[in-house]
Amino acid sequence: MSKTVMEHAEASAVFNRDEPYVNWHDETLWFVRQKRDKSSKQLPEWEELREAASGIKHYVLAHLDELLISFEQKAKENGVQVHWAANAAEHNEIVLGLLKKHKIDKMVKSKSMLTEECHMNEFLSKNGIEVIDTDLGERIVQLRNEPPSHIVLPAIHLKKKDIGDLFHEHLGTDAGATDPQYLTEAARQHLRDKFLTRRAALTGVNFAVAETGGFVVSTNEGNADMGAHLADIHIACMGFEKIIPKQEHLGVFLRLLARSATGQPITTYSSHFKKPREGQEMHIVIVDNGRSTQLGRKDFRNSLKCIRCGACMNTCPVYRRSGGHSYHNAVAGPIGSILAPNLDMTKNADLPFASTLCGSCSNVCPVKIDIHEQLYKWRQVLAKEGYVPKSKEIGIRAMSTVLAAPRFYQWSGRLGRTVMRAMPFMVNNALNPWYKQRDMPEPPKESFRDWYVRNRKN
Amino acid sequence: MMSSRDSILSQIRQNKPEEVALPAVTTFASNFANTEDKFREMLAAIYTEVIVVKNLEELAQKAEALYQGIVNRATTIPALSAWADFSLNVSDPHELETVEIAIVQAEFGVAENGAVWISDQYLPHRVLPFITQNLAFVIPRNALVDNMHQAYVRLQDTLGWGCFIAGPSKTADIEQSLVIGAHGARSMVIFLLEDE
Repeated sequence: MSKTVMEHAEASAVFNRDEPYVNWHDETLWFVRQKRDKSSKQLPEWEELREAASGIKHYVLAHLDELLISFEQKAKENGVQVHWAANAAEHNEIVLGLLKKHKIDKMVKSKSMLTEECHMNEFLSKNGIEVIDTDLGERIVQLRNEPPSHIVLPAIHLKKKDIGDLFHEHLGTDAGATDPQYLTEAARQHLRDKFLTRRAALTGVNFAVAETGGFVVSTNEGNADMGAHLADIHIACMGFEKIIPKQEHLGVFLRLLARSATGQPITTYSSHFKKPREGQEMHIVIVDNGRSTQLGRKDFRNSLKCIRCGACMNTCPVYRRSGGHSYHNAVAGPIGSILAPNLDMTKNADLPFASTLCGSCSNVCPVKIDIHEQLYKWRQVLAKEGYVPKSKEIGIRAMSTVLAAPRFYQWSGRLGRTVMRAMPFMVNNALNPWYKQRDMPEPPKESFRDWYVRNRKN
Repeated sequence: MMSSRDSILSQIRQNKPEEVALPAVTTFASNFANTEDKFREMLAAIYTEVIVVKNLEELAQKAEALYQGIVNRATTIPALSAWADFSLNVSDPHELETVEIAIVQAEFGVAENGAVWISDQYLPHRVLPFITQNLAFVIPRNALVDNMHQAYVRLQDTLGWGCFIAGPSKTADIEQSLVIGAHGARSMVIFLLEDE
């Protein structure tokens, strides 16, 4: 939102002030990761499925133009109106134009990370349109005037007490009530009224099929369908990389998506839209917003294979201990950190550094994106093009001086160990970022090199 | 000036990677020992009861017993018309907002995830399976496939609209606690019909 944006490390420090809370956040997401593991191990063909999905998406990247043209043609034949938006602003104008044309000033929306990326809600609200997010987690963060902190679990950073207080204030639930069943019921009643009274519904798109012109929207709550089937006008917004060649390929992707996301074998609803219902208007907005640029970056184009399952976030030791908001981007976590610099290198230069490069993200990715390698490569690009913060640059330069001179390296190692032993306060203080949330290790008496030299003599 | 459509497509053409072929293998067999057992197992895990009925008569009896005392009962199955008290013959789908239970004919089920395929072909209103408070599907007992690959072999045409529905609507958005009955149906029953 319009708050001052903190860098990832800075925001993480704030997030880490409350240790029990951070532990809870960490464990909750790890639990989701474990559900994914359990579910994927039920399928002996899991690795082959990932390979197939990655291969299909590779084909998509190499044939995007033809696939999009085929999709457009089929969608038009199906009675769907197709719009193209080069960037976020054009996307937002298209949606506003459609609403104005129908004299609609209130709309329901199901989950769409693309509209988050385009900051559509803020834009529409400034233009007098009320947008109600209908996914429970999204409604929660919307009432808090916050963006989602996770692409699949938008309110994962909140405790039930936070939500109880929020609903007491906005939905009139009992003060102090925290029972999830009770709170969900209150939201169901509140949102049912919106579904029944709104004439426009906007949804995201999980997969768009070039062969048929149809598209699939997956939810567990049923909110996309409740909105779309009751509204006079259904607007579906998609980043152009959502295209897949054939309907049969949905078999591959729907088998991977929910298992990777939450460990479910499939989401409750996998809704296949192709033609508007009688008397309804259906629109598809195909959005570029930097994607065609990313397509041209050889090292980073694979990021466009992403199906937005969130598995890389759930497994990431940095995400789990820093929270989604610290990434200051619509898509957080490892995948967000390789998508964001493409959108804005100045604003997002910190994100590829928000990783230990442990590679867990790449290991769980259902479409086998080499996420940690791209994080590493972004660091080089950002440093080369001068986007790396001064503090980091000085550190890197000092490090390369030391590492390039063996004698200097030996001397500074010895000096460091002596200082840590004699004056531990020199490193155990707030000026040393390695001291945050942890004690510095006991310094060894000698380096491995010294030990080796001594013992070889014997 | 080029339209956004043409400029996007031209930039894609300029930036796309080299030609590659589609992967050779994109479908897999599941080979469950018993497809129906797997289907039941998956549905039990998502709070859905599976009831086998011999014929439409038994279906009507079971429906009567299961939804006793509930008003606003709707169905798409002619054999249950005596059981229903709510007509689906409405012009505006908003009128379905008071439906308490809908028993609906659907096409087939998928064993690996408990999903059932429903489409325009079986529904007077697309919103019915979502807006009803409780939902039951009736599918032929022999209309089960092992996995999603087989499902799409069956689904050469998904019609104007269709949906895989697996169990009742749910959410875990409040501290990851599972709650059944988010926006869609609060309960789900699947009748497997032997006859026909």
